Amino acid sequence: MILALLFDTLLAVAMIVVAVWMISVKNAFAAIIDFMVFGLLLALAWLRIEAPDVGLTEIAIGSGATGVILLRARGLARDRDEMSATPSIGFKILVGALCGGVTLGLAALVLMPPDPAPTLAYAAAENLHLTGVGNPITAVLMAYRAFDTFLETVVVLLALLGVWSLTPDRFWGGRPGPAPAASVPAPLTFLAQWLVPLGVLIGIYIFWIGADEPGGKFQGATILAAMWVLLMMAGLTDAPPVTSRRLRAALLVGPAVFMAVGIAGFWLAGDFLAYPPDFAKPVIIVIEAAMLISVAAALGMLLAGPPMRESEP
Amino acid sequence: MTFPFDTATLYGLVGALLIGIGLFGLIVDPKPIRKILAFNLIGAGVFLFFGVVAKRGAGAGFGGDPIPQALVITGIVVAFSATALAVTLVQRLSQEEAAASDADGKDRP
Repeated sequence: MILALLFDTLLAVAMIVVAVWMISVKNAFAAIIDFMVFGLLLALAWLRIEAPDVGLTEIAIGSGATGVILLRARGLARDRDEMSATPSIGFKILVGALCGGVTLGLAALVLMPPDPAPTLAYAAAENLHLTGVGNPITAVLMAYRAFDTFLETVVVLLALLGVWSLTPDRFWGGRPGPAPAASVPAPLTFLAQWLVPLGVLIGIYIFWIGADEPGGKFQGATILAAMWVLLMMAGLTDAPPVTSRRLRAALLVGPAVFMAVGIAGFWLAGDFLAYPPDFAKPVIIVIEAAMLISVAAALGMLLAGPPMRESEP
Repeated sequence: MTFPFDTATLYGLVGALLIGIGLFGLIVDPKPIRKILAFNLIGAGVFLFFGVVAKRGAGAGFGGDPIPQALVITGIVVAFSATALAVTLVQRLSQEEAAASDADGKDRP
């Protein structure tokens, strides 16, 4: 009990220190590495408040993938330094007071919780057997609130469309990201050759157990996307051109299957996105497998960035 | 020994502090990449806050209310997508500015 309290207090203090450091450190690279460290601490906090699914997502996407994207742009913060005006001390004090007020207001909400706490846990548990899955989070994502999850993958695709549409005209139709380095360090190639088969296995495993245990398609897809990016970095494969039909099919298969099942629900179960009773679990797994492909492809392409080199003849 | 807070309250306060720290960085730091970082810090605080709501709604044998937890997972993925788009916008903007200042340099002499 005391040990748990000690751990929680240490973790809380560490998170605040890392967050303050992240905002105040001068060097942008240090701030981004700080952000990734912060993500790991935050994932521990998620475990402490009994949300392991969220912790996994935080490590994979919140800390890992977001950190990689930010690292891609770290040089820009340096380039723009002299163009940016630093605010005066008076302004900083004013903003500090405002932000302190926001924090105090939120803290008051935390310290005066409604009693009894509002919860939908009982409703979620009551209908869990109808969905056929054992993990209530997966049941929420794929059954109770399936429409949200459908729109979420559309948001990921929209972000990718936005990133691609920022391609300079002369590079359109090319492969995403900068050209692969002429010489890749041998340890990196070695790492990619050994880690990728293992990583793909772990990614698929995390996806598969998501039905009953913490895990799921987003966490699994992030691991698959990371393995893809590792292969690209090691020069073992190159990103497909943004006009590739196979790439576009992979990006669309998830939302397309989701939509098809949703519309079929009108006839089979009487409503949009309703699953036929007795077949809920197989239907959910088919949708999730298609979404795994699409989300992994979209995340990999988001990590690679827009095309930055001439398309090959 | 009695501790003034339970676990959920402690992390709720951390979430409130993170939102304040992130908001400060977002307003005060002029560099776009640092603003994106600070914005993600606010997001982390909001998610943690929501996670505490989930923890307090524990029941029916679950450690936390699964509905807010699932919404936070959706939120993290959407925040990542928005960050990727924002970073690419900043990247493109700085390319354009670099090209523009190159052109200025050539015209001047």
